[in-house]
Amino acid sequence: MLAPSSNSTQSTLLRFFRAARGAGVRISPAESLDAIGAVAAVGYGDRGLLRDALLLTLAKTTDDKRSLAECFDLFFSRADVAGADAAADADLAPQPGDLGDLAQMLRDGDQAGLSAAMAVAADAAGLSDIRYFTQRGIYARRILDAMGQARLDRDIAARSGTSAGRSLAEARDALRDSVRDLVARAILLYAREETESLRNEVLRSTPLSRLDRRDVERMRIIVAAMARRLRDRYSKPRKARDRGRLDARRTIRRNAGWGGVPFLTVWRRRRIEKPRIMALCDVSGSVARTAEFLLLFLYSLNEALSDIRTFAFSAELVEVSDVLETQAIEPAIRDIMGRVGLGSSNYGRALEDFDKDFMSAVTNRTTVIILGDGRTNYLDPRTDILRRIAERARRVIWLNPESRFSWGIGDSEMPHYAPHCRIVRQCSTVEQLERVVSDLLAMDRR
Amino acid sequence: MDSPLDPTTAVDAVERGLAEAGYIASRQIATAVFLAQRIEKPILVEGPAGVGKTELAKAIAAWRGLKLIRMQCYEGLDESKALYEWKYAKQLLYTQILKDKLGEVLGHADTLPAALARLHEFGDVFFSKEFIESRPLLQALEQQDGCVLLIDEVDKSDAEFEAFLLEILSDYQVTIPEIGRVDAIVPPVVILTSNAARDLGDALKRRCLHLHIGFPQPKLEARIIETRVPGVAGVLRGQIVAFVNRLRGLDLKKLPSVSETIDWARVLLLLHASALEPQLVRDTLNVLLKYEIDMEAATPQVPDLVAKAVRDVVPG
Repeated sequence: MLAPSSNSTQSTLLRFFRAARGAGVRISPAESLDAIGAVAAVGYGDRGLLRDALLLTLAKTTDDKRSLAECFDLFFSRADVAGADAAADADLAPQPGDLGDLAQMLRDGDQAGLSAAMAVAADAAGLSDIRYFTQRGIYARRILDAMGQARLDRDIAARSGTSAGRSLAEARDALRDSVRDLVARAILLYAREETESLRNEVLRSTPLSRLDRRDVERMRIIVAAMARRLRDRYSKPRKARDRGRLDARRTIRRNAGWGGVPFLTVWRRRRIEKPRIMALCDVSGSVARTAEFLLLFLYSLNEALSDIRTFAFSAELVEVSDVLETQAIEPAIRDIMGRVGLGSSNYGRALEDFDKDFMSAVTNRTTVIILGDGRTNYLDPRTDILRRIAERARRVIWLNPESRFSWGIGDSEMPHYAPHCRIVRQCSTVEQLERVVSDLLAMDRR
Repeated sequence: MDSPLDPTTAVDAVERGLAEAGYIASRQIATAVFLAQRIEKPILVEGPAGVGKTELAKAIAAWRGLKLIRMQCYEGLDESKALYEWKYAKQLLYTQILKDKLGEVLGHADTLPAALARLHEFGDVFFSKEFIESRPLLQALEQQDGCVLLIDEVDKSDAEFEAFLLEILSDYQVTIPEIGRVDAIVPPVVILTSNAARDLGDALKRRCLHLHIGFPQPKLEARIIETRVPGVAGVLRGQIVAFVNRLRGLDLKKLPSVSETIDWARVLLLLHASALEPQLVRDTLNVLLKYEIDMEAATPQVPDLVAKAVRDVVPG
């Protein structure tokens, strides 16, 4: 079934894989082999079939399928070469000897020939290596040169003033436009891979407070991915690690059918407690820039874990579990910020509220996480309440978006809060956030 | 299968074959089934509950006249339930019965080493195929004429079990420590289904064709109803499909799926309905919606949705 020109079709497929990776679809070598096999089975005759085959073999999630479908349409859309028609009817008297190939094709309106020439030239110019869109000009020029632009220019110069020359010049301009389009498409296809991963890497290690509004969308994706990773890693108990001591009683009972000869052994299983988390998030003016991201994080955590209660405060503390549970992320964050956000922070008051309404829910299996900078506006920090929480709870964890150096400077009460917390961490980037949460979840399995 | 058939015709043939088995497949599903046979890959089917993931395996089996071997996954499923188990009782029984025989055989040996040497000559009598209880996976490999192996709801199983499946999925073979490798006589058609209760591992996904079955297009759904509930008149069928599609546009906890549409069509048929009316719909809504909250959310909208659904159908 392999087409005779299997070499060139394969290189087309390989370029498509690169483009697909650029679109964010992870494709392993094994999968690309499958795809090549599948394409060999369905052939290139039926576009829909080809598309389905590639989607089936390469994309393994619905998101991937969507990106890959887009990528497919972009990749296999053939741009019509605009120059051809313009010159087609211009000069009917053929003068073969003195026209270059390119000029002839333009004159004859040879669409197929022009597309083919353009594809060959693009290959020769290494168009699929394009990385940055500043390279547009260079690549367009290289392609045009490879197609024989120099000769075309001479042909046009030789006919300057005649109608044939004018229409050829028009055709040349149109051809340039097509090449530019081709290059622009190539950027969309191939340059994405580098830029995307670079930007994600940068964003993961940028302090939350310095992030831009327009990065929010991207950030959300990163945080959601993180939450998903964490959930996958920790939501299922790992049995192998828990095997340890023989459960003699159950072993004997299990093997009673064989006269007590222990064919099957039963091991004691350690029960794994899922983390019960109560998270308090500061959304006051002093952490205004990070508050939204912290809420975003809480939202993701809420999706990942089943047993979590969330609270937000500036001064007054409110429970926001059901807001995060029932609403989509944007309205949820807006709702919370509208209710308690951007006030002047008063940790003492917030702790009092917590003490009054929710202290009873804190048990020796609860992990209390506080997200905030611990800046109390010189009001009473009420460390005594935090101490009582720490006594009741399994542990208290404080995550502070401020850098460690500024703790204790000005109205920061961190030095007074810190002794009551099991863990105090700076967490100003997504990377740090992920590490903290991963540690936290891992602690529950020892 | 090996005839150099034009791929488009081949996919058409799959589509027809499945239709004969009572399964109306979209083009993509048919392509997946075609490819699965051609490049011998398992299909991993994902999608919401009730869109016919399991049905697909049954339909393939019915169409190709193969045996369907089904393995339902659940938490705690392990290889002794999925692959094989030793028949301990039989082993014990045989040792008891053969006790005397053993004495005879070993009786002539003077020393313990000599007795052991004799024993070794008989090999692993008690760990041979005779004493193996085949479970679904091994059964699937042992079928003389091939079969369809349905590994249902693989997302419900543990990550370890998923890893254990890899060998059978990529090479159609399993390794039993005491016996060695068991290869498939005829590679089975493997269908795995998942409700996405958890993300499956990349290793598993990589070995499969990944097919996502979503809610079908109205046209396709109408055809499915036509096949499964033949008695429903054309107009009512159109209205049913249009209404369910409108219903899927609402923000519900569990959207009604194809199986619910089929059930509802059956109910309406039993009630001798000829067209949708708000009262009738409200009375039978519990067939479509499975949660109290969803019922509460949808009930006030019923007259509106019915009107729209009726309008959807009339012009077309």
